[in-house]
Order: sequence, then C-alpha cells, then structure tokens
Amino acid sequence: MFTAIGKMVDNWMGQVGGATNMVRSCLYWLGHARFEFKQFIQQSVTIGVDSFSVTAMTSLFTGMVLALQGGNTIGNIFGDPIYVGTLVTFSLIRELGPVLTAVVISGRAGAAVTAHIGTMAVTEQLDALYTLGTNPTRYLVLPRMAAFLFSVPLLTAFSNLFGVFGGYLVAVHALGIPGEVYMTDVTAFMGVKDFMHGFLKSFVFGFLVATVCCYKGVSTRGGAEGVGKSTTGAVVTCIVMILVLDYFLTAILTAFKI
Amino acid sequence: MIEIKHLQKSFGARQVLRDVNLKIEDGKVTTILGGSGTGKSTLIKCMIHLMDATGGQILLNGRDITRVTDPMRLAVIRRHFGYLFQEGALFDSMTVGDNVAFGLRYLTEIPVEKYPEVIKEKLAMVGLEPDVAKLNPSELSGGMRKRVSLARVLAISPKCILYDEPTTGLDPIMSDIISDLILEMKHKLGITSVVITHDMRSAFKISDYLAFLYDGRIMLYGTPDDFRKTDNPYVRQFVDGSSQGPIKMRLRD
Repeated sequence: MFTAIGKMVDNWMGQVGGATNMVRSCLYWLGHARFEFKQFIQQSVTIGVDSFSVTAMTSLFTGMVLALQGGNTIGNIFGDPIYVGTLVTFSLIRELGPVLTAVVISGRAGAAVTAHIGTMAVTEQLDALYTLGTNPTRYLVLPRMAAFLFSVPLLTAFSNLFGVFGGYLVAVHALGIPGEVYMTDVTAFMGVKDFMHGFLKSFVFGFLVATVCCYKGVSTRGGAEGVGKSTTGAVVTCIVMILVLDYFLTAILTAFKI
Repeated sequence: MIEIKHLQKSFGARQVLRDVNLKIEDGKVTTILGGSGTGKSTLIKCMIHLMDATGGQILLNGRDITRVTDPMRLAVIRRHFGYLFQEGALFDSMTVGDNVAFGLRYLTEIPVEKYPEVIKEKLAMVGLEPDVAKLNPSELSGGMRKRVSLARVLAISPKCILYDEPTTGLDPIMSDIISDLILEMKHKLGITSVVITHDMRSAFKISDYLAFLYDGRIMLYGTPDDFRKTDNPYVRQFVDGSSQGPIKMRLRD
C-alpha cells in the first residue's frame, strides 16, 4: 500500500514539476520571441464562443435558485424575503461566479485544448513544430495561457451579470419583491473589494485551467486512448483543484481584507 | 559532414543505442536499415534534437551539437536539417498551403508576400498542382501527405533531410515515386539525405551508403553492392527478408 501511495505521490510531483517547467518556459518565450498574437485572438474567441452560452445558462439558473432558496428561507425566518438581491450578488460575485465559470470553462474549452494539443502530440505534430523552427510552448501553450487569463475573468463578469439577472427574475416574478428594491439590495453593500475578490479568484482559476489543460495535452502519450485519458484527467484535475484552491484563496483574500 | 561517435541513448533502464558510430557524407543518400524497435528513429531524432542522447557525440561539420540547449543555437541546427515524419505530421488545423509555408516564418527571411510563390514552387517540386494548397490535410491520400510533408521540408531549404520511413504504408508505385523524389532532391539540390526504411527495393535504389543497425550498434556500413554481397548472417537475413536466421534465433534466446 505504501508503495502505491509512494508511486502516486511521485507521479503527482512529476506532473507538478513538468507543469512548472512549462510555465517557466512560457515566461522565457514571452521575453525572447514575438508573441503569437493571431493565435491568442483565435483562442480567446474560441474559448469565449465555446463557453459563453454554457456559463450564461449556468449562472442564470444559479442566480434564480439562489433567489428562490434565499427568499423562501429568509421569508420563513423574518416573515419577509428581504435582502435577496444582496444575498444573490454577494454569493455570485465573491464565490459562485468565479467557481462555476471556471468549472464550466474547464469542461468546455479546457477539454478542447487538451484534446487538440494531445492529438498533435500523438501524431508527431508537436515534434514537427520543433523541426520547423518554433516551439510548442511558444506557438501553442503561451497564446492559450494568455487567452485563458483574458477570457476567464471576462466570462466570469458576464456570468455574474446573468446570475444577478436570474435572481431578479425570480425575486420580482416569484417572490413579489419590487424590482427597485432588488436592485438597491444588489448595489447597497457591494464594494470594490468584493469585485476584486471575485476577479482575483477568476484570474487564478484561469491560470490553473490553462496550465493543467495545456500540460496534460503536451504530455499526452499513447494514441487515441492517451488523448481520451489526458482529456478526462485534465477536466477532473481542474474541477478538484478549483474547489480546493477556492477555499485557500478565500482564506488568504479574507485575511488580506479583500 | 555529420559524424556520429559512440552515441548512446537509454529510456530508463532500456538502452536502445549502445555505441553508434557513423559518418554521413555531404550530398549523398545514407540509408539506415534495421528491424522494428532497433532505434533507427531514435538515432535521427537525436540528430535533430527531438531527443537528447545519453552519451557520445554528434558532430556537424566538426562542431559538437550533441548537448546544445540554447534555443538560438538549436534554431541554427534545425535550419540545417529537415525532417520528414513517417505519417507526415501535417498540421490538421491548417490548409496544405499554410503547412508548406509554416517554417518560412521561423527559419527564413522570406517576406510574407512571397509565400504563395514559394508554396506553388515547392508543391510543383514534389509533383503537386497549386490547387492542392487550398485542401485540408484530411482530404489527402497517404502519398499526397508524404509529398506535402516533403514540400514543407523543402520550403525551409535544409542542407540535410532526415526521412523517417518515407515509403511505409504506400503502394509500390507511390513508393517508387517517393524514392525518385529523394534522388531528385539529391541530384538537383545537392541535399544530404538520411533515410530510415524497411523497404529494401527503395533502399538499394536510392542509397549511396547503407548502415545496418542491430543491438544498438552499426553492424555493417557500406555501399549497396557491399550489402548485396555480404555474408554477414544478420544483414543477409534482413536483406533477404527471411524469417529464418540469427535475428530470430536471438529473439528466441
């Protein structure tokens, strides 16, 4: 049993080391070669288009269910569904928006990135990049990292808007809260630090999804089966790490009063 | 000239190349023969730094290029070599034209406006019509993929092309066409070629020199005539394509 645990830890450490090297290589190429701007734009559009509708739908219904549950619970305790807008907005902007968006993006765009790079790896296309004078990190990984870092916070912002709107629909039409009251509750207690809290999280999650998905893709071995394993592995790793990291980020950001 | 001295390559505990010594003459076609899994691809991948050798030396015109890590120096080495992958390794997400032009951006000073001209010229060199440039790699047959891949290599004007099983998976006529292309590159452009193949017919047709890799070492190096006349039982068995002989016996041990 200890051997198995040892092997697992060794394998995990190897992957962390490999991913760290890849990030270091990205920084090297960022400073030493022309940035692949066309690739960055293409990837940003792909990630945005791929994930927008899914993140919007997820957030819309999350906002709706938050309003419904929150409104009913508060109504049962205080007699009136008060501060529903505040509850929905705080939950979304500080917590659920960044987490759910990152989870959805890892399952949609992240999986696509791993599958694409993984297929290139098993068909020697990554080796072909080397022989044609470039580097997979420079040509494929760096633009995708940048695209995730740009797209995830942006999609999180949109997803927050959809969530707040979902809450509005339920608050006004199901709970009978006047629209003005809901909107006042939304903005009343919201400060810049709350936006920063959510933004920093989404930025870190973007980095995490990009690193895991690109690394899993680049390190793919073993034909079609390998591509499948890498893709599944990338998504599972992303989801677990997003949830784990979320706790520690919340603890750190709260300690810094953000 | 490329000189390989005492080259070694291991994958964990498994030593694939034990002590490879080989000279590759400029402007000639050198073919490396050997059974599956003997390390032929590993050898040429070490030459172009797709793999790092565990020991020994690779000298390019007298300069040791075995352990170069600086990306700029690596780019210079890669400009010297072109690599034709077994399955072509064409980029699926690009058209044939973009594939052919890909290396121009990184390895040459040719301005972007000239790319269509270069694409047309290189496709013509491998016997393909200019219209092929608009196709996607998935629309090409095996032979066409190999030719497009060769056009992509030729676009960067390498001094030496490494061919990884260029005729594998092709019908005999297409195999012969690819063999003719290799010879054409040698005669017209003076390109040095290192070819890995199992196809003895093609090997005898194109090669100036042959090397037989066995058990991590070059067992025999010589001209096609030397290989035809050799009484080395290992080489004899391989050249004749016989299931009976020391190679099989060795496997049974």
